[in-house]
Amino acid sequence: MNNKALIVTGLVVFLIIVLFPFWYMRGKAAPLPERVLTPKAKAAQVCVRSTDYMRAEHMQLLDLWRDSVVREGKRIYINPEGKEFNMSLSNTCLDCHSNKAEFCDRCHNYASVRPYCWSCHIENPKEKT
Amino acid sequence: MDSSRRRILQLLGISALALTTRPVLNAFAAEQQAAEAEAVIRAGDKALKAKQWAMVIDTRELQSAEDLKPMIEVCHKIHNVPQLQNKRHEIKWIWDVPYHNAFPDKAAQFLAEEVERRPFLVLCNHCENPPCVRACPTKATFKRESDGVVMMDFHRCIGCRFCMAACPFGSRSFNYRDPRPFIAEANLNDEFPTRMKGVVEKCNFCAERLAVGQLPACVEASNGALTFGDLYDPESKVRELIRTHYTIRRKQALGTEPSVYYIV
Repeated sequence: MNNKALIVTGLVVFLIIVLFPFWYMRGKAAPLPERVLTPKAKAAQVCVRSTDYMRAEHMQLLDLWRDSVVREGKRIYINPEGKEFNMSLSNTCLDCHSNKAEFCDRCHNYASVRPYCWSCHIENPKEKT
Repeated sequence: MDSSRRRILQLLGISALALTTRPVLNAFAAEQQAAEAEAVIRAGDKALKAKQWAMVIDTRELQSAEDLKPMIEVCHKIHNVPQLQNKRHEIKWIWDVPYHNAFPDKAAQFLAEEVERRPFLVLCNHCENPPCVRACPTKATFKRESDGVVMMDFHRCIGCRFCMAACPFGSRSFNYRDPRPFIAEANLNDEFPTRMKGVVEKCNFCAERLAVGQLPACVEASNGALTFGDLYDPESKVRELIRTHYTIRRKQALGTEPSVYYIV
């Protein structure tokens, strides 16, 4: 251990750099994104399913929708309350939630998920018209 | 460990009991779930139904490229098909070819002049025995049980292009480039998705229109030159045309059983 000082300094510098995210953000958490609803979504009050269900399961729901529409040709979804919906991301979901940047993206960015829906599905059908 | 005969018999007895209680518990669990209301998924009331959709193209009515243009344009517009100038990157759902390309096995050295000059409208044949479906490793392309449409599930396509090699009609196109920039903004149909780079695409017999009770867009734009109907309904219009006219199909000898018939 001839270079003890050098090694210890190096280790300390290494640890400081590696642990940068922890000490830099110490005690703080990134603020939870706020859910922004369009007037239309607010007026509708309830989504296809309850808010809790949608928050937790919307990806499974969309998965189910895409499989039954594309593969089985079944396009009508009747929720437990008996209300009918056309199973379409661009035409039904985005009809109310036309603020994709605020409604979808914010939370997905926060959770660091990158759904690739929008490489094909048109994200702003309402904004353009 | 004590492995006496008695001990083993005891163990066997307990295991048997455990195995029989499982189904009972499952039944109880299922009962509890059924109590919660479930969502129902079904087809729309207006959806058109058939055993096997088929098309009859009366090529006598379609003498020039000008006649075919409205059908090709409407299809490519509503399905967001990009217009790529580079022939190698071209995306086609429905297009026209000369007789000897459409029917290479039926092209003689000398032909009726009129037939030789006529452009033939070609599209996916929605074969009854589709080789593309067998080639697909992910089942991204599949023959829809309910109405025989050979569909693409773009979500599953991995872009391997086996289907393009398998299709004897060249009905499939590969997105070598991101198609979005090649769809004119004004032409973009908001209600239909585009595709992304790296997937194969083709005609879907307007499955999205059939689902809401409309005929395919090309049929609607054809002024009666194209007829659409159920191949297995003896009363259908396509069957009537096939019965009363001599029709040919593309590359019939390959045994893919195309569902698009041509009156020449």
